[in-house]
Order: sequence, then C-alpha cells, then structure tokens
Amino acid sequence: MQNRKHKNKAVILRQLRENIIERFFQVNGLFAVIVLVGIFSLLLIEGLPALQSLGLKEFFLNRIWDPTSFERESYGLLSMIVSTLMVTLGAMVIAVPLGILCAAYIADIAKPRVREIIKPVIEILAGIPSVVIGFMGIIVVGPMLAKIFGTSNGLNAMNGSILLAVMSLPTIISISEDAILAVPQEFKNASLALGATRWQTLVRVTIPAAMSGIIASVMLGMGRAIGETMTVLMATGNAPAMPGGFFDSVRTMTATIAIELGETVQGGIHYKSLFVIGFVLFLMTFVVNLVSDVVLQKYQKVSR
Amino acid sequence: MDELILYTEHFNFYYGNFHALKNISMGMEAHKVTALIGPSGCGKSTFLRSLNRMNDIIPGTRVEGKVIFDGNDIYEKNVDVVDLRRKIGMVFQKSNPFPKSIFDNVAYGLYINGERNKSIIADRVEESLTGAALWDEVKDRLDKSALDLSGGQQQRLCIARALAIKPEIILMDEPASALDPIATQKIEELIFELKNEYTIVIVTHNMQQAARVSDFTAFFYLGELIEFGDTERIFTNPKLKKTEDYVTGRFG
Repeated sequence: MQNRKHKNKAVILRQLRENIIERFFQVNGLFAVIVLVGIFSLLLIEGLPALQSLGLKEFFLNRIWDPTSFERESYGLLSMIVSTLMVTLGAMVIAVPLGILCAAYIADIAKPRVREIIKPVIEILAGIPSVVIGFMGIIVVGPMLAKIFGTSNGLNAMNGSILLAVMSLPTIISISEDAILAVPQEFKNASLALGATRWQTLVRVTIPAAMSGIIASVMLGMGRAIGETMTVLMATGNAPAMPGGFFDSVRTMTATIAIELGETVQGGIHYKSLFVIGFVLFLMTFVVNLVSDVVLQKYQKVSR
Repeated sequence: MDELILYTEHFNFYYGNFHALKNISMGMEAHKVTALIGPSGCGKSTFLRSLNRMNDIIPGTRVEGKVIFDGNDIYEKNVDVVDLRRKIGMVFQKSNPFPKSIFDNVAYGLYINGERNKSIIADRVEESLTGAALWDEVKDRLDKSALDLSGGQQQRLCIARALAIKPEIILMDEPASALDPIATQKIEELIFELKNEYTIVIVTHNMQQAARVSDFTAFFYLGELIEFGDTERIFTNPKLKKTEDYVTGRFG
C-alpha cells in the first residue's frame, strides 16, 4: 500500500514535468506568431488614423508624395510602390538566372576542389553589410552605368537592381544548391542511361526535381530585396517621383521611411502616414510569401 | 552459339586499386536472356554497368580489355557514350521514375533524342507502355504523377521508359529485388515477352528467377567468371563444384 502510493506520486511528478516541458516548447513556438501579430497591429494602429483622415484615395490614387508641401500636402504612395517593385523585379531578373546557374554549377558540375573554394566565397558575400554594398553602388557601379549608358549620374533604379541582385544572390545560390544536391542520384542515372547528355540531365531532370527548393530560394532572395533599405537609399538617387524607366532615380518605400521618420513630428499625420507605408510593405511581402506557397504546393502536386 | 550481339574479351575493371572484375570473357546472344548470378560483391552488377559504360560516372574507375558491341569496342576513344546508351538501355534495382507524369516519364527518352512530333510521341508512349504490360493500368491517368504508382508499376514504367527509345539490348540490375511476389511474377513474364524483340542481360540474386527467365547463366564469384553456359545445364549439371554449391544454396 505504501509502495503504491509512492509510485503514484512519481507518476504524477513525471507527468507534471512532461506537461511543463510541453508548455515551454509551445510558448517558444508561439513567440514568432506573437511578434508577427504585434508588428502587424502596431503598423495598423499607428497608420490607421492617417488612413482615416486622408482616405484610401489620397494614398493610392494620388501620384505625388510631398507631405511637407506649402501648397498642398500629398501622400501618394504609388510612385514608391512602383519604385520598390521595379528595383526588386529588376534585381530578380538579374539574380534568378545567375543564381540558379551558379548553384547548378557548384552542385552538379564543379569539381570538389573548386566547390570548396566557391562556397565559402559566396557565404562571405552574404555577410557584407548593406552599407558597404551601397558604397560600391555610389563609387563603382553607378559611375560605370553612367558611362555605359551616357546618363548624367548612375544613381538610378538600374543601379539599385544590380546591387540588390548581388545581395540576394548568396541566398538564392546556397538554398538552390542544397536543393540540387538533394536530388537523388537515381534520377540522374536513369536519365543518363536513356542516352541523355549531362546538360540534358541537368536541365530536364535535376533542376525540375529541385524546383521546389529553387522557388523557395527565389522567394527568400526576393524578400531580402524588397525589404532592403540602406543600399537602395544610398544608390538609387532618392527622387520621390513616379519613375519613367530604369534610368530614372527612384525612392523605394523602405528608403522613404528611413529618410523621413526622423524628421517628422511624432504622432503627426506625416509620421502616421509613414506607418501606412510600412503596412503596405508588410502586405506586399505577405503576398509574396502567400503566392510562393501556392506555387510550391501546385508544383509539388504535379511532381510528387 | 550463333549470333553474339555483345561480348567481352579479357575485360578487367578497377575501382581505384581494387580489382573488381578479373579477365572476363563472355558473350550475349541476340534475343536471349542472359542472367548474371553470384553472391553480393562478386562483381555482377559492376559487369552489367560496364556494358553501357554507366560506370563512367563513378570517379576513379578504370577498365582493361574489350567490350564488343556491333563489331566495335565500346571503350574506344571515338565512341559516343550518349549514343551507346541509347542502344543499350538500363533498368535499375530501385525503380526510379522521374518526378513527372507517367506520360512524360516514357516520353523523356524521345524528347532528349529531339523528337517533337506530338502524335509520334503519343503513339510511342502507348506502344512502350503496352510493351511493358502497363498500358491497361495507366491509360486513364497518363497525366498523373508517376510516383503515385505502386512499386511494381513503377518498375514496369521504368522498363517502358527504356523501351521507348527502342534499344537493342536492355540491361536489368536486379529489377524485381524490391518487389512482392506478384509484381515479381509480372516482371518475369514481361522479360519473357521482351526477348522476342530485345536482348536482355539481367543481374539477379534470386536463383529461381535466373532459372525461370534466362537462357544462359553466368556465375560470378569474387570478380571472376566461374562458369557460363545454358541455364538448364548450369542448374542441373554444373561442371564446377563452386557453381554447384552456389546454385544449390550451400553458400551465397
């Protein structure tokens, strides 16, 4: 009897401990969600008054952003949304083919010794601070662009795209490379045994089989490009007007927030409208993630 | 032996310093099934992969001697490996359909050969799947993923994929070792059908299988070809003690 009671106590203690551990993990897991919800509500709460008093029309139909004008204060986000999209998409146009080819080379073609040199180099590239990249944009890439295309200066959307491409390349390369390496050798054997060349095997079997990982890498790279601030702030010329092409100076959403937040009256309408920018940016990255999830799932359905 | 489509002369194979195949000389008759048997590590799979140069992929390997196909040594410098593998197809131990649709799996070999005519491709896919005894099971779901098929179906799909480019020889590396008895039986029946049109070389661990499906049997042991001859004779009246011990299950 005594013994049994003792046993029960041990069981209860053990269960309690299990329970506490489970809760601990749960809280940790929820932490990311809590932070996300927190950011979302902060942006919404801070931005909502501006949205209410100025109206959606002012933000999304007005083409001019000029919150400090003497005549008429304008809060049009269109120019910077277009700028952000232009710079980001331009970066992806450069980085995606380059990144995938580089990853395929490292994973499938390069000799082990070459791979051991290239891999750490790419990892170092990922560690370069964005301000240094921006610096390169001002003193190297920008002047080069100006010379090649005969513009007065090279601080434009093209410059930003090139720099952001460089910044997102390490992400795209290393994740794509992992995905390509993970493709089972059996697929390649099957292809080679059917008389495919190495190149045909890479393009028609290996890369399609790694596509879900490659898409994920592109989305992560794009996420980095959309949110990047310092580089575009330094290298794109910061003209808050609707860009007419890749050789116009642009000011992205992130750069606008970074430049203006310190110079506004805290709590004022200008201040709050910067939070609206942040909120729209948040929605954009959210949509990018959502779309990539849908694409991934669709792709996996066919290839699974 | 009348018509040897493929034969080896004093063939040696090395993985680095390891001498995996020692002085193998044997031939495969056209439209017959030749089985390669022997315990694990005896070199039978290495020998099979040497016949369409799949071992080229493995770094650090080296060959000596000749493998003659259509009158030419396939290890000559001027031989195009890609071309060779289109004539000598292969089916692997582990079924390895591509993560694509059933149709695209079979059509793959045609695409990489530059065939773009849709009706020709569709005809050949049907013909190949029929040839692999799979058509009736998959004809209504050709656009579904090949990975949704059962293990036996996947292996027959791999055979259909190999048939689609009309090879002369099909090499099979333990094609049924991962399958259940019923799926195995289907593969064996299929092999019996296929030898009307193709020459088949099959590696197998399963002695009954070798006895059932093959016309000739080669017994490998420790990288050497111990005995080679008519399947019936090898299993009923082997010349060597070692062969007898192996085929009667005394070691292996």
